[in-house]
Amino acid sequence: MSFWRAIALAALCAAAPALLAGEIPPEARRSGYSFMGPDTRAMQDDDTSNPGMLFVLDGEALWTKKAGSADKACADCHGDARSSMKGVAARYPAFDKSLGHPVTLDQRINLCRADHQQATPLPYESRDLLALSAFVAHQSRGFAITAGDDPQLKPFVAQGRDLFMRREGQLNLACTNCHDDNFDKRLAGAPITQAQPTGYPLYRLEWQTLGSLERRLRSCMTGVRAQAYDYGSPELVTLELYLMSRARGLPMETPAVRP
Amino acid sequence: MAAALINVPAKARRGDVIEIRTLTSHIMETGFRRTAAGDLVPRDIITSFTCRYNGTEIFRADFYPAIAANPYLSFFTVAKESGRFDFEWIGDNGYSSTASASITVE
Repeated sequence: MSFWRAIALAALCAAAPALLAGEIPPEARRSGYSFMGPDTRAMQDDDTSNPGMLFVLDGEALWTKKAGSADKACADCHGDARSSMKGVAARYPAFDKSLGHPVTLDQRINLCRADHQQATPLPYESRDLLALSAFVAHQSRGFAITAGDDPQLKPFVAQGRDLFMRREGQLNLACTNCHDDNFDKRLAGAPITQAQPTGYPLYRLEWQTLGSLERRLRSCMTGVRAQAYDYGSPELVTLELYLMSRARGLPMETPAVRP
Repeated sequence: MAAALINVPAKARRGDVIEIRTLTSHIMETGFRRTAAGDLVPRDIITSFTCRYNGTEIFRADFYPAIAANPYLSFFTVAKESGRFDFEWIGDNGYSSTASASITVE
C-alpha cells in the first residue's frame, strides 16, 4: 500500500505548483488586442478611426474648462496634462493616504473636483467623467502598467484576488474559471481573453460608446447571473486593482477598441 | 459636444486619388428603443453628410437609423487644386456640425 501512497504523494507534489500558480506568468500575458480580428485592430491603431479619440478630445477641452465654486480648471493645478499626467494612469487604482484605501482614476478625478474645485462629482459612466479619465489615461499610452506595486496596497490586491477566485452567481463561475483557465478558447463564438485591463476607459463596439472597467466587470457579473456590485463599491475597486496588478508590465492602450 | 476627427492628406500631387476619412461624435439613437418604463426613446440621428471641395459638393451621404453611433465615413476624390474641404453633418432636432481641412496640391 505504501507504494500507492508514494505515487499519490508524488502526484500531489507535481500538481501543487500548478494549483498554486493560477496567475499567468509575465511572458504569457496578452492584451485583449491580440484576441481581436484585423478590422478591429486597424480601428484602434488609427487615431482618426478610433472613436475613443473623440472622448479624448472632449477630455482635453474639459481639462482647461473652469468648474465649481473655486472656479478652477484641472490645468490650473496640474498644468499641461501631456507632461503632468504622463504614466499616472498606469499606477491606478492607487492608495489614498487620507482615505486609507485605494481609489480608481475616476474616483480620483471626483475627489479632485470635490476638494479643489468645489464642484459636484460627475456621475459614474457620464460622458464628462469618461472623457476626462480617457484624456488622462491617454497620456500613459505605451507605459507599462505598475499598479499595485505600492506595499500599502498589498491587502487590497489580496482582497481583489479573492474575489477573482471566488465562484458567484447562478452559473457558479469565478473570473478565474474563464480568464486564467480557458483563455484562447471560445464562448458562444467570442474569444475568451485573459481579462487584462490595458485600455480602459475603452470603446466597445457592443456599447457604441466608451465605458469604464467597472462597467465591463458589472456586465461579466450579470453574465454569470450574479448581483453586480455598485459602481465605486470597495469590491469593484479591489477587483480593478487586482486586475491591474495582474497585468503588470503590459503597455497601456487607452483608448482601446474592443468588440 | 460636437467633435470630429478628419483625416485628409496635407499634401498631394495633382491628379492623385486621395482618401478622406471622417469620424464624428453622435449617439445615433434609432427611435426604436424603449426605456425600462416602456416609453419610446425619440429618434435622434444624423440624416445627412456633405463634403465640399473649394465650394463644390463632391460627396453626400444620407444616414438612416441602422447606422452605428459615432459614424465613420471613408471616401475618395481626385486632388485637383489646393484648397479647403468643408464637412457638414445635419441631423434631427436641428443638429448641425461642421469641420474643415486644407490640402496643398503640387
